[in-house]
Amino acid sequence: MDTVVDMAKAIKIQAKDVNVFYGEKQALNNVSIDIEDRSVTAFIGPSGCGKSTFLRCFNRMNDVIPSCRVKGSIMMGDVDVNSPQTDPVLLRARIGMVFQKPNPFPKTIFENVAYGPRIHGLAQSKTELDDMVEDSLKKAGLWGEVADRLADQATGLSGGQQQRLCIARAIAVGPDVLLMDEPCSALDPIATSVIEELISELQQRFTILIVTHSMQQAARVSQKTAYFHLGTLVEYGDTKDVFTLPKNEQTEAYISGKIG
Amino acid sequence: MSDFLSPNLVVFAATIAAAFLSFYLGTGRVRKQAIASQTKSHSLNQYYGFYVSLWVLVPAILLALIWMFAADPMLTSAAKARMLAAYPNLPDSFLNLKMAQLVNIAAGYIKAPDAVMAAQADLLRAAQASADRARSLTLAAVMCIGFFYAFRRVSPELRARVLCEAFLRRLFFLSAVVAILTTIGIVASLLFEAVRFFREVSLFDFFFGTHWSPMTALRPGDAAAADEFVAGSTGSFGMVPVMAGTLLVAVIAMAVAVPIGLFSAIYTSEFASRRVRNIVKPTLEVLAGVPTVVYGFFAALTAAPFFRDLGLFVGLDVSSQSALAAGGVMGIMIIPFISSLSDDVITAVPQSLRDGAYGLGSTRGETIIRVVLPAAFPGLVGAFLLAISRAIGETMIVVMAAGVAANMTINPLESVTTVTVQIVMLLTGDNEFDSVKTLSAFALGMTLFVITLLLNVAALTASRRLGQRYE
Ligand SMILES: Nc1ncnc2c1ncn2[C@@H]1O[C@H](COP(=O)(O)OP(=O)(O)O)[C@@H](O)[C@H]1O
Ligand SMILES: [Mg+2]
Repeated sequence: MDTVVDMAKAIKIQAKDVNVFYGEKQALNNVSIDIEDRSVTAFIGPSGCGKSTFLRCFNRMNDVIPSCRVKGSIMMGDVDVNSPQTDPVLLRARIGMVFQKPNPFPKTIFENVAYGPRIHGLAQSKTELDDMVEDSLKKAGLWGEVADRLADQATGLSGGQQQRLCIARAIAVGPDVLLMDEPCSALDPIATSVIEELISELQQRFTILIVTHSMQQAARVSQKTAYFHLGTLVEYGDTKDVFTLPKNEQTEAYISGKIG
Repeated sequence: MSDFLSPNLVVFAATIAAAFLSFYLGTGRVRKQAIASQTKSHSLNQYYGFYVSLWVLVPAILLALIWMFAADPMLTSAAKARMLAAYPNLPDSFLNLKMAQLVNIAAGYIKAPDAVMAAQADLLRAAQASADRARSLTLAAVMCIGFFYAFRRVSPELRARVLCEAFLRRLFFLSAVVAILTTIGIVASLLFEAVRFFREVSLFDFFFGTHWSPMTALRPGDAAAADEFVAGSTGSFGMVPVMAGTLLVAVIAMAVAVPIGLFSAIYTSEFASRRVRNIVKPTLEVLAGVPTVVYGFFAALTAAPFFRDLGLFVGLDVSSQSALAAGGVMGIMIIPFISSLSDDVITAVPQSLRDGAYGLGSTRGETIIRVVLPAAFPGLVGAFLLAISRAIGETMIVVMAAGVAANMTINPLESVTTVTVQIVMLLTGDNEFDSVKTLSAFALGMTLFVITLLLNVAALTASRRLGQRYE
């Protein structure tokens, strides 16, 4: 058996005093968190508490929203995410994102996955691109289902397949971190469990941050859990501790279903 | 009776007054009954008023319409029979002239030239007067019957609101039917005249002939036909050069309008801040409200001389009425059309696709070119097709700037003619309406109609496909 010390992993991302404002309204309040490398960290909390907003801080997706301002520091290795010198376009190539609703491009399955490698010039030849697409689809657990119809429109896939395609599309760029914002909320239970298994596999290669409104899902897939309430990080710790022995009474109330 | 107070006007005013009166009486009756029986009426009082006045108005209007279509022709044919008796030896065409004269005499516009006509006019006037009287009486009777039927039914239990609602539903339905029937009627009359044309000129000659000169077209058998004309006349109704001119102008217009319109749509939908967008969009739409005849001035007085001078300067021979000037100005006219439609289409592309692209590390330009525009493509094609059909059907600009010579050319510096210009040429001025020349205008119109119809259907299908994808 591994000892507790051996299991402690390196810190991949360090967020310090992150504050986010939409216009005058403050959505996040002094959030600080250390994210472990190659693990799954779940963000839970009542809706509107700022989980998505926080997730979008890691790849500067909040830049897209004109009214949104982000303060504080987020360090990923020696990259200062919020620094003006950091190019969000390059940053997003290192941090993939999967959204709440599957959003495949209205292109073929192949073109969806090849999109990232193409715009970042990752493949030197057609064969290399083919390999990358195949590899990403395999990692996303979709290859078996679509290998013989890569030229079909992606919009023709089922919801669960579309979401795995979006994961493959993100993986194809070669990121170290994957951000997932309620990736199963638009899916049926079977598709959900397929994605949950996939997340557990991906965890060996990627650092995964996942927002979820399902506490069972957080308990099943994550090692660390962060509970947010009204824009503040209330509790953060090992998932099994947060769910069995919450230190904070708000967390306990949420987990036992009193807030929701 | 004075001119102003014509009998029709009096009848009309009386009908309106009757409707108001019955509204008042209907509301009054239900109010009184409700008080007397201590019950609450089913509907608001005003609905009972509407109910009664509808029963007064609708039958009256129907009767008036029937009268218009049935009684007036009867009066005319009776008058014609009398005229035939009075002038037994007159040929038919002459009799028609006399009839027109008679109507004018009876109306008091002109003086009768002789005693016979004066007597006939008196007879017609008398017939009209008694017809008017009969109409007024039947109208009054119908309104009274309607009124009493409805008025007696008014009681607090009557579900007047439901009945009025049912009437409104039928009214809306009827309006839709009228709109559709009018369309069918227009197309049918176009088709009818076009068929008459194709009895004279073969379909093949019309659609594939390369020579268009309807003004000098003489068919074999025309009394005045000189031999050389007959020989050269077989191809005179070939629409190929006219169609070629139309397409040339449309292509030039699209070459101007598509890039400018599309790029400005990309700017307003993807780059402009909300404030700028709120200024730019309405401004472009004002451009769409400029009457096309104004663009025509601009094309003829500014653009055409400009292109000619420019041509002189670089040593090119530009006709003073060139396809380039007409097409260019038409393009300017279409810009707001394309930019506004494209803006709607691009804005309709879901934000989630843009987020997806940004999330993969695309720049703004990559997102637009590789994701947004391809996603909007079917809708954009739809917008362009609608714009082409506008360009092909546009008349004023080309009439003023393109010219009338049916040149078979794809050189934009030459003068060309278009389908719409030819139709205008053929149908304005002194024309007999059944010569082959004028009939050819209907054949052209029919062709134009079919082409724009197909374009519009294609445009609709294309944009539907976009809609389905993101419901
Ligand atoms: N684009 C936006 N503009 C303004 N306010 C926003 C925007 N997005 C989110 N918010 C606000 O920020 C707060 C946090 O939202 P969000 O991060 O989406 O919550 P969660 O994902 O936890 O449900 C909410 O109060 C929400 O209303
Ligand atoms: Mg959210």
